[in-house]
Amino acid sequence: MTVLSVRDLEVTYATQAGPIPAVRGVSFDIDKGEVLGLAGESGCGKSTIVNAILRLLPPGATTTGQVLLNGEDVLTMKAGRLRAVRWTGASVVFQGAMHALNPVQRIGDQLAEAIVLHRLSAQREALVRAGDLLEKVGLPPRRARDYPHELSGGQKQRVMIAMALACTPTLIIADEPTTALDVMVQAQVLTLLNELQHEMGLAMLFITHDLSVLVEVCDRLAIMYAGKIVEEGPSAPVFAKPAHPYTEALAAAFPSIGDLRFRRSPSGLGGDPPQPDSIPSGCSFHPRCPVAFDECPTVVPDLYEAGDGRRAACLLVRDQARVAT
Amino acid sequence: MSGAALGRASASGDDDPVLEVHDLHVSYEGRVGLGAGVAGKKAAVARAVAGVDLTLRRGEVLALAGESGCGKTTLARTIMGLEQPNQGEIRFEGEPLSKSTRILREYRRRVQIVFQDPTAALNPRQTIYESVAEGLRIHGITDQDGLSEEKLVARALARSGLRPPERFYLVYPHELSGGQRQRVVIAGALVLEPEIIVADEPVSSLDASVRGEILKLLLGLRDDFGIAMLVVTHDLGLAWTIADRVAVMYLGRIVEIGPAEDVLTKPLHPYTKALLEVVPEAGGLTRPILSGEAPDPTRIPEGCRFHPRCPEVVSGAAGRAGVEARCRGEDLGLIELRPGHFAACHLAAARRGDVVPSTT
Repeated sequence: MTVLSVRDLEVTYATQAGPIPAVRGVSFDIDKGEVLGLAGESGCGKSTIVNAILRLLPPGATTTGQVLLNGEDVLTMKAGRLRAVRWTGASVVFQGAMHALNPVQRIGDQLAEAIVLHRLSAQREALVRAGDLLEKVGLPPRRARDYPHELSGGQKQRVMIAMALACTPTLIIADEPTTALDVMVQAQVLTLLNELQHEMGLAMLFITHDLSVLVEVCDRLAIMYAGKIVEEGPSAPVFAKPAHPYTEALAAAFPSIGDLRFRRSPSGLGGDPPQPDSIPSGCSFHPRCPVAFDECPTVVPDLYEAGDGRRAACLLVRDQARVAT
Repeated sequence: MSGAALGRASASGDDDPVLEVHDLHVSYEGRVGLGAGVAGKKAAVARAVAGVDLTLRRGEVLALAGESGCGKTTLARTIMGLEQPNQGEIRFEGEPLSKSTRILREYRRRVQIVFQDPTAALNPRQTIYESVAEGLRIHGITDQDGLSEEKLVARALARSGLRPPERFYLVYPHELSGGQRQRVVIAGALVLEPEIIVADEPVSSLDASVRGEILKLLLGLRDDFGIAMLVVTHDLGLAWTIADRVAVMYLGRIVEIGPAEDVLTKPLHPYTKALLEVVPEAGGLTRPILSGEAPDPTRIPEGCRFHPRCPEVVSGAAGRAGVEARCRGEDLGLIELRPGHFAACHLAAARRGDVVPSTT
C-alpha cells in the first residue's frame, strides 16, 4: 500500500533576483513499512521537499505537481483538513531537535499538547499517553516531569521522536535526525528509529547528507543533485555499485575502514554543488563529472533503467541500455 | 616499570619528533552556586586532559579520535597555546615551551591551526587578501625568500588550490563556497610556513563531495612541504583515509595509539572496538554495544576509566581472564603490545596483544 506518492513535484522560490527553481520535477513513492532515504548535498532541494510535503514553505514559493498522502493531495487540501493531516497523517523529526523543545515547559506537557490539540483525548489521558510514548523511545515515564535542560542531547532527540509518534501518523519524515549527535548516540537513535519503524509498520522518509547512515537504515535510496533525483533504487546496490558518477563520488566520501582503495587516497569532485540560481545546462552534473562527453552539456537525461531495480539519470546508462537491447 | 613509563620511554625514543607532549594535564574549575559556596562545597573540577603523552613526528599525519567531551579539542588547543596546562610539558623541536614572549611568538608562527567552520574562522568584512596577509603582518614579516607580502599571499593561495590567486584578492568570504573558504583558511596557515598544522575537524562542515579535495590538499602539503599534522576528528573513516597513526582518546587520556592500519583494523582496546562498531556501513544496522552518553570528566571512575562501560567487563571476559579486579581498581597507562602499537587495557595486556576473536 502506498502511503506517500510524490508526482512531478516542482518548487520555485520567488526572490528579488527572479525565480529560483529548488526542486525540478521529483517523483517517488513510499509504501507502508518502507524506508526511503533521500540523500544530497546542501542546496540540492531535499529540505524543500520535506517542507513541500506538509506545505510548510514560505508564501513566496510556488509548488506544482502532486503530493498524495494516503491518496489525498496535500497541495490542494483545505486549511482545516491540512491542520488535521499534519501530525496524524505525517509528522516530522527535524534536525537540531534539541532547540525545537520549549525550554520552559515540561516534556510531558509538550507531548500532551499535540494530542489534545488534535482532540484525540483529554488532558488527563494525554498525559498518560505521553508517559507511554516516552517508554516507547526508551526513557522512563517519570522523565515526563523533566524540563528540556535536564535531558542530554540524545534524550532530547528521543523526546522529539516520541512527539512525532504522538498522533500515530502513517508517515514519519526524519530530516537529518542524527546530525548534531555524537557517534555512539547516533547509533543508539538510529537503532531506535529502525525498531519503531518495524514494530509500527511506519512509512518513513529519511533525509541526510550522510550516505553511510542511509545505507544502514533504508530499503531504497534516492540521490538528489541540483533539484532532481539522479539515481534511485534498492540501497545496497546503489551504494555498492553506483550507476551515476555523482553517486559514486558521494559514496567515496564515506570510506569503508579496512578497504585499501581509500587508504591515503581521498577522492572527491572538483568544483562545488551548483547554486539553484545557476544550474548548468543539459545534465546539471556535467561540469563536475569525470566521465562527461560531448552530449552532456546539451541533453537533459531522463531516469534510465540501470539494472538491479535501479534507475539513473546519466547518458552513459542510457547508452549501456541501448547496447544491451 | 609501569605501563605509563614504558609508553613514555618509547614515545620519546621516536625518530625525529617535532612536537612532544609529556604528562599533560588540563582541568577546568566548575562554578559554585552561592548556596553551595556557603555550605563549604567545592566546585567540581573537570579534568579535560588527564595525563597525555604524545609525540608528533616530522611530516606525519596523526589523527586524534574520540567522542565529544573526551578532551581531544582541549588537547589540541593546549598544544596551540590557547589553553594553559596545569601540569606537564610541551616540547617543540626539543625545546620546552616557555612563557617567554619571544619563544611563544615564534612557536605560534610555526604551529598553525585550521578550524572546523571556515565561515566562522574568516572575518566577513575582510577581503581574502587581508585575511591571508593578517598572519604575516602580526608576525612582522614583510618579505621572505626574497618575496614581497603580495607574492607570499599569492603563493599561499595558489598552494591551497585557489588559482589564479589574483582573482581572489578582493573577494569577500560570502562570495566563496564552503570548500573555497576552507582553502582560504588553509592559505592563511600556509603563508607562515608552519612545521605543524593542527586541524580540528577540517572537513566536517563541508559538503561530502567537496571533502575529498580538501583532504587531498592537506595530504599534498605533507608530501610537498613535510608539514606534520594533528587532525582532530570523530570520524574514523577520515582517519583511515589520511592518517599515518591514530590516537584514540577517552575521558582525557589516550587509551590506544599506533599505526592507522593496526588501530583501525586490529584494535586492542575495547573502546576503540566499540567506536569502530558504530561506524555506519552497508549491511544493516549493528546494535551499539555501549549504552549511555559520553561520560562526565568531573567524575572519572577509579581503576581503568573505561571499566563501567566496558563490554569485556560486563560480559565477564575480563573476569575469566582474571583481570577484572585490576580493571576496577588499578589505573593504567599505555603499554606497547605490538611494535609501535600501544593500548591501556588490562585484558589486552593479559592476552599479550594476541588477536582475539571479536564478537562480530
